[in-house]
Amino acid sequence: MPDAGLEVTDLTVTFERTKAVDDVTLALPEGEVLAVLGPSGCGKSTLLRAVAGLERPSAGRVRFGGEDVTGVPTHRRGFALMFQDGQLFPNLDVAGNVAYPLRLRRVPRGERRRRVAELLELVGLAGQGERRPTTLSGGERQRVALARALAVHPRLLLLDEPLSALDRGLRERLAADLHDILRAERTTAVLVTHDHDEAFAVADRLAVMRAGRLVQQGTLEEVWRHPADADTARFLGYAAVVDRSAAEVLLAGAADGDGRLALRRSALRLDPEGAVHGQVTSARVTAELTRLVVAVDGVPSVDELDAVAGLDVAVRAGQRVRLRVDPTRTAPVGRPSDPPADRSGAPL
Amino acid sequence: MSGKRYVAAGVAAGAVPLAVLLVFFVVPLAGMLERGFVVDGRLDLGPALSTLGRSRVLGALWFTLWSATVATALTLLLGVPTAYALHRLAVPGRRVLRAVVTVPFVLPTVVVGVAFRTLLAPSGPLGFLGLDGTPTAIVAALVFFNVSIVVRTLGPWWDSLDPRRAQAAAALGASPLQVLRTVTLPAMLPPVLSAASVVFLFCATAFGVVLTLGGVRYSTVETEIYLLTTQFLDLPAAAALSVLQLVVVVGLLTVSGRARRHREQPLDRLRTTRARRATRSDLLVLGVTTLTVLLVLAPVAALVARSFQADGEWSTAHYRALGDADAGSGAAVPVTTALANSLRVAVDATVLALALGVVVAVLVTRRATRPSARRALALFDAAFMLPLGVSAVTIGFGFLVALDEPPLDLRGSPWLVPVAQAMVALPLVVRALVPVLRSVDDRQRQAAASLGAGPFRVLATIDLPVAWRPVLAAAGFAFAVSLGEFGATSFLARPTTPTLPVLIYDLIGRPGGDAFGAALAASVLLGAVTVAVTAAVERLRVPGVGAF
Amino acid sequence: MKLRTTALLGTTALLAVAGCSVTGGSEDDSATDDTTVTLLTHDSFALPDELLAEFEEHSGLTLEVVRSGDAGSLTNQLVLSKDEPVGDAVFGIDNTFASRAVDAGVLAEHVPDELPGSAADHALDGDGADRLTPVDWGDVCVNVDDTWFRENDVPAPKTLDDLTEPAYRDLFVTPAPNSSSPGFAFLLATIGEYGEDGWQEYWQRLVDNGVRVVAGWTDAYEVDFTAGGGGGDRPIVLSYNSSPPFTIPEGGKRPTTSALLDTCFRQVEYAGVLEGADNPEGAQEVVDFLVSPEVQAALPDSMYVFPVDDSVELPPLWAKWAEPAPAPVEVDPEAISEHREEWLREWSDVTS
Repeated sequence: MPDAGLEVTDLTVTFERTKAVDDVTLALPEGEVLAVLGPSGCGKSTLLRAVAGLERPSAGRVRFGGEDVTGVPTHRRGFALMFQDGQLFPNLDVAGNVAYPLRLRRVPRGERRRRVAELLELVGLAGQGERRPTTLSGGERQRVALARALAVHPRLLLLDEPLSALDRGLRERLAADLHDILRAERTTAVLVTHDHDEAFAVADRLAVMRAGRLVQQGTLEEVWRHPADADTARFLGYAAVVDRSAAEVLLAGAADGDGRLALRRSALRLDPEGAVHGQVTSARVTAELTRLVVAVDGVPSVDELDAVAGLDVAVRAGQRVRLRVDPTRTAPVGRPSDPPADRSGAPL
Repeated sequence: MSGKRYVAAGVAAGAVPLAVLLVFFVVPLAGMLERGFVVDGRLDLGPALSTLGRSRVLGALWFTLWSATVATALTLLLGVPTAYALHRLAVPGRRVLRAVVTVPFVLPTVVVGVAFRTLLAPSGPLGFLGLDGTPTAIVAALVFFNVSIVVRTLGPWWDSLDPRRAQAAAALGASPLQVLRTVTLPAMLPPVLSAASVVFLFCATAFGVVLTLGGVRYSTVETEIYLLTTQFLDLPAAAALSVLQLVVVVGLLTVSGRARRHREQPLDRLRTTRARRATRSDLLVLGVTTLTVLLVLAPVAALVARSFQADGEWSTAHYRALGDADAGSGAAVPVTTALANSLRVAVDATVLALALGVVVAVLVTRRATRPSARRALALFDAAFMLPLGVSAVTIGFGFLVALDEPPLDLRGSPWLVPVAQAMVALPLVVRALVPVLRSVDDRQRQAAASLGAGPFRVLATIDLPVAWRPVLAAAGFAFAVSLGEFGATSFLARPTTPTLPVLIYDLIGRPGGDAFGAALAASVLLGAVTVAVTAAVERLRVPGVGAF
Repeated sequence: MKLRTTALLGTTALLAVAGCSVTGGSEDDSATDDTTVTLLTHDSFALPDELLAEFEEHSGLTLEVVRSGDAGSLTNQLVLSKDEPVGDAVFGIDNTFASRAVDAGVLAEHVPDELPGSAADHALDGDGADRLTPVDWGDVCVNVDDTWFRENDVPAPKTLDDLTEPAYRDLFVTPAPNSSSPGFAFLLATIGEYGEDGWQEYWQRLVDNGVRVVAGWTDAYEVDFTAGGGGGDRPIVLSYNSSPPFTIPEGGKRPTTSALLDTCFRQVEYAGVLEGADNPEGAQEVVDFLVSPEVQAALPDSMYVFPVDDSVELPPLWAKWAEPAPAPVEVDPEAISEHREEWLREWSDVTS
């Protein structure tokens, strides 16, 4: 891929004999946003720091736009890094923080002012340039950090869990904003997160890491539709993974991939016409629907499955019900031709 | 910062202070050790080793460790609360008090010895305590000298410590004492350990005080080395003791370095901390502070009182004579000229100590990914503490022995005295700055680097805003140290331009005339200048300059 | 912007102060040419500026005075740096260190042509005679506060033996021989008086009689001595025979203290030319200068010592009140050099 933005090849980062990042290869075309998703301690932040030039890889290369930047110091890479807690400079006010990279590049004052105003507008903090970092809320801090990172149009924006420190509502709102802002600025970005919702809200592409290795990568759709293995499926938010025999019962035929099937919590829906039979184990009413746990006939009893029902239907534990499977809320696990290995990173 | 060029630049920057250390410390020390251990061209440790068996030497070693340990503990006990009170509480006149507690550090030890004895001698106002010539008097004088180190290294730190942690703890139901114990003190531990190791080294190598107050009964390793070298020319024994000193110092640095490394961590910082009003819960702290101020003021007051007495009457005669060449005191130059010399040398020494100290502190606090590089940095850090722990006599004589051939024939060079003073002030500067720089979250530097800031920009925009106050404070302190430095200065060959402490020493040892009075007046002058300089530094760094 | 201004200001300020510093500002061109002569001496060296200026004008030399440490420190530095001496001439080696310097071969031969005749009284024997020129002398003697003794109706002591009498219990203070040069001189006085095997017993008696030993002369005189200005509690102190004139009260006619002339040890200070000097001729001129009548006459007022030249006129108060000991106690310099350490150790054992 000659016009590729970021290319990471066989990258390994070793800390005192343990491999934090183990032979990772990935690629990200310019203008796209990649989310690296994985549990904490999987090495995703280290991968990000190695891309930023803050960790020295023991093997492998990092290229951007065809140029090898492996030995280039951080400040010469033309990237920008944004931390979980923003790391605003406490000695500068909001405008000063945003203007920081502009000043480094000797942008004239008028231009600088204009750009700072524009960026603050972009992140929804117009006119707040004179506030001190210590007076900002967590969300505001992240917005300022984002504006600062975007100020000089970095070739690549690196985001280390940018929204994790925020509360849920704020996180969702900011994730949507982040998505729009990155598109508006046409920024190539790598986002590291342990939250699949965040990843889906912001990114175009997804890479899943576990124990230092890259387990899977592809577009959101590709990864979402075909999780490489059961753990990946669960990490992507699938509530359960059932084996081939259960899948055959649910789908009335074999699943794709290695035959196993991943199910979201809402994959089974109460439907008098449904082809699947089962017995309700428990039922719980929520604000929008009723959540059920169902022992499905033909599925081993250890695999009690989640299901949903409309609020208009009264369901009790012990009741026999019929269920319909929503195929868009299921995904075959593994690739048809591939064993469920960890090297499923398909060529892009 | 993985760029090889920057690593190379770092190594190059580190080479400068290392070279200074090598020439002005390692080479002279090695020269003296060689004289001691090599007999007729052959290594012969026999005479040196037999020294260590002498009961007098063992006694001196024991007394050194004992007095330094006790004095360090007491210094901390007084200094930590005093630093707190003078930097965190709205104590009236605290700026003046901060300057006042610095005074002892710059007073010539001989003068202080006499001031202490004036108080403690059986006929003195505190004679009833029966402390004259006791170890207690020595320890008290050591505390007197060193309490300023604690106040001045902890003060700026305390200034920039975010009080919200303590407030959070208080909100969780912690009493003020519990807050102190569970939140504040743990956060203070790195700078406290830093200060403690410096104080210990100063105490363990104290010379003038021990000699004056210890009389003849108490000798330390340092006074033994002095006697062996300057009076007996017993170099094998002196070398053995110097090595012993070095071993103790290295051991101490290892222990304190290890303790510090685990604790020097990033802190949340608030830009300005407003002093708060003292409440009833601060009574203990205020009490200790009062005690410290009294300890500092009593000998100083004794000194001032005697400087205003001539022929048994109150008089300003000694002061009026300060500008005269001899005025019956026999001084080689007028006191005012010596003061000017002192100020010039102190400027040089301060610039030097600050330049080297900043380089060392910055390098030591950079992030090293490789364990080998980390170890190298730790060694680098410790190396600059060594000069504090080794006898000034050994180094002074070492200059003569080792630096006698071009291009290193620096004996008699006008640089010698400023460099020697800078070597004394350097560890203080480093110890004041390292905890501050370590407290900067490294991710701030990384964020800046990722935005395009090179290592120097990172320094200027991330480290400097946090460190400039401590740097300024360190500069003031280095200046004060250099103004008062006597030990190293007195053993170096020096030109016709004596510094004020040297002149005072000269005057005080002069039998007869008004020399003693002149010495006292000159000491008071030296103290006053120190107060003025440190107070000026304090002023300089308080008002709105912070906003840039 | 503001940041840059601050940095600029800081740098400017730094340069400004550095500019006014010794080493940055007036880089002095003290190259080793043969018009510069360096005199090594101890901390107490002092002569009026006019005299030094006159010497420079007269000789065409630039005189650099380098002072370091006391007489012992000075001597040992010379011994250690003998291959590459730091100076040309030395002044301040005293008779207790003289033989060490001579034996180590740090001194070149030189005897001033116009050496005053009376200097011979203070000359060293043997090798030293041609290498070290006596410049000044002073007697270290026990002093007493006459006022105190009169007021307390006690006769003042006269001899070393008296100091061990019960009448003088807890009245004597002396600096220690291992930290003070007059203190060491007093130890030598006792050794000379009681012999190499008898002094220890004498010191035991002193200790039993409550002698107070302090670190330095200043300490003893200014803190503990009743007439020293510090309001001390000991009317007998070890000091110099030149001390009494300084105790004449304002408007008074006679000193309130006196020196016990039977208890004195004579300290003599010497000057010499260093072996291997860069400027030996200049060094010789310096030594000659030190025994010239002008310098000799200035010694009492500037260094509180007696000139070796007895023909120069003493200041009136000295002439009247500072009496030389008629027969000071003597100890052979060779013996001092040989036994210094041993004596000090024994002394420590006796007194601690």
